[in-house]
Amino acid sequence: MFQQIEGSKAMARTIALCRPQVVCAYPITPQTHIVEGVGELVRRGELDNCEFINVESEFAALSVAIGASAAGARAYTATASQGLLFMAEAVYNAAGLGLPIVMTLGNRAIGAPINIWNDHSDAMALRESGWIQLFAESNQEAADLHIVAFRLAEELSVPTMVCVDGFILTHAVERIDIPDQAQVDAFVPPYEPMQSLDPADPISIGAMVGPDAFTEVRYLQYYKQQVALPLIEKLAMEFEKLFGRAAGGLLRSYQAADAETLVVAMGSVNGTIKDVIDEMRADGVAIGLVTLVAFRPFPTEALRQALARARDVIVLDRAVDVGMGGPLASNVAIAMRDIPDAPAMHSAIVGLGGRPVPKASLHRLFRQAAVQPWEGPHFLDLNERVAAREIHRRGKARRVGPAAEGILRELEAERVEKLTEGAR
Amino acid sequence: MFEVRIHGRGGQGVVTAAEMLSVAAFLEGKHAQAFPSFGSERTGAPVVAFCRIADKDIRLREPIQNPDALIVQDPTLFKALDVTEGLKQDGFLLINTARSLQDMHLDGILAQLPPRHVISVPATELALKHVGRPAPNTALLGAFAANVGVVSIDSVLEAIRRAFPGKVGEANVEAAKAAFALAGRKSAA
Repeated sequence: MFQQIEGSKAMARTIALCRPQVVCAYPITPQTHIVEGVGELVRRGELDNCEFINVESEFAALSVAIGASAAGARAYTATASQGLLFMAEAVYNAAGLGLPIVMTLGNRAIGAPINIWNDHSDAMALRESGWIQLFAESNQEAADLHIVAFRLAEELSVPTMVCVDGFILTHAVERIDIPDQAQVDAFVPPYEPMQSLDPADPISIGAMVGPDAFTEVRYLQYYKQQVALPLIEKLAMEFEKLFGRAAGGLLRSYQAADAETLVVAMGSVNGTIKDVIDEMRADGVAIGLVTLVAFRPFPTEALRQALARARDVIVLDRAVDVGMGGPLASNVAIAMRDIPDAPAMHSAIVGLGGRPVPKASLHRLFRQAAVQPWEGPHFLDLNERVAAREIHRRGKARRVGPAAEGILRELEAERVEKLTEGAR
Repeated sequence: MFEVRIHGRGGQGVVTAAEMLSVAAFLEGKHAQAFPSFGSERTGAPVVAFCRIADKDIRLREPIQNPDALIVQDPTLFKALDVTEGLKQDGFLLINTARSLQDMHLDGILAQLPPRHVISVPATELALKHVGRPAPNTALLGAFAANVGVVSIDSVLEAIRRAFPGKVGEANVEAAKAAFALAGRKSAA
């Protein structure tokens, strides 16, 4: 049923429809409303047969989820930013143990400097942890991907992360179709664990594995992620048939058939990009979009096919690997290397720490790629003057102090200059 | 697409106002997207919330830069920041104040906008009278329905009831109705 509802609340309701049996909760902005919402449903008795456990940290949240999952329960938790880093060891353990936990990541920047706003640094930091990572474009998809995630995780016994842009999606109130229980039950069958701890039939999970077997254990994880690729496609088709709308899949194309320029992006920025593409198409520019839903496993072959006929490919990263560039761009480059006469790739870093990604800036970026391509990563809407001043200042002395505070001072100086100019 | 930006201070129900407006549009079968300005909100600090209303799916996720309507819940904000920044030339400006527009020193804006597009409503006074709390958001939405349109007063009242079930909701409904009547009369005058 359609409701005008906050993204986090819609996700909480949908997660509850997936009948988790253990939910571990530790608050961190901007994810908090999601676990709060699930907690409220448990308290009101709308989600029964579920133990809602308040824990003392993110490390405990995922550790308890690991214990619950190992005991055969359907386990769920959510986190963001530093919270994900604090549970990092457990994140790898959940994957290594093959426990199908579902976790929502309310994507947020990582400090320092501390920043509560959205980017994809958290998801990127743990992209190699062995979890499946799916990115939501809209709040409808954010809700729907959880249904897909439980099914996917449990079919393969691989933990799955649903990545949702913090604030932009979690705090937006929109028209969202929340399915009914029977529909979700038809898609997500009761959990049948591949392994579970049972005192009546004891086994051990998480034994030490030496050089003779470790490669094989890791290979099996790699193999399962490869198996996930076609399964993600299959589940997307099944989802569409059952729910009457698309959700998930590896990637989606928009206006791509005849596009000379293709944009590649993940998450909520895709909506804004689609509006920009419509406007540029109206001006006769042959531009299209490939929205990546699955980042892990990375759909190398599907992406290669999607990009094969383009002349230019613009990759938008909502995170930066400061020693390398855009992590998504690095992955896209690998997908494109086997294309004969491969498209030129242009990498852009956008929306860091909550910086808005306005249509006007995307228009400029997309046009610039065609007429005046740049080298390396382009930082969208970078205040070059302020950055250059701070670099200059740091070159002049040794004890220059911290960079963040320096930038804030430069920004303030710029603001005062503008005011004085205005007064003149 | 119709875009509304709401300015106020933490504690005045700015974010709730944007949500209620989006619910009112939803009740009329429209698509609507309400979202806050995503700050670390503190009581008394300036707060901004946004609401987009359209007949089709809203994909855009940028903050609203050129609003069709502005709701100013606290007139002291005019001194603190450029509240009317980006307001469209034929836009609406709805201000919570018991003072006359002439006393507000808004002549510049008054001259730029079409006649009857700048509306003042004593929303805090109406809220105190009907709700007993200085939360001007619901009264302003009543005035919004009277002068800006886009959503009907009935939808606004239903959205208020959904946000605040029970007695508090009915009190807010009365505040919104009073503002609707007052703003309607002013606009006719």
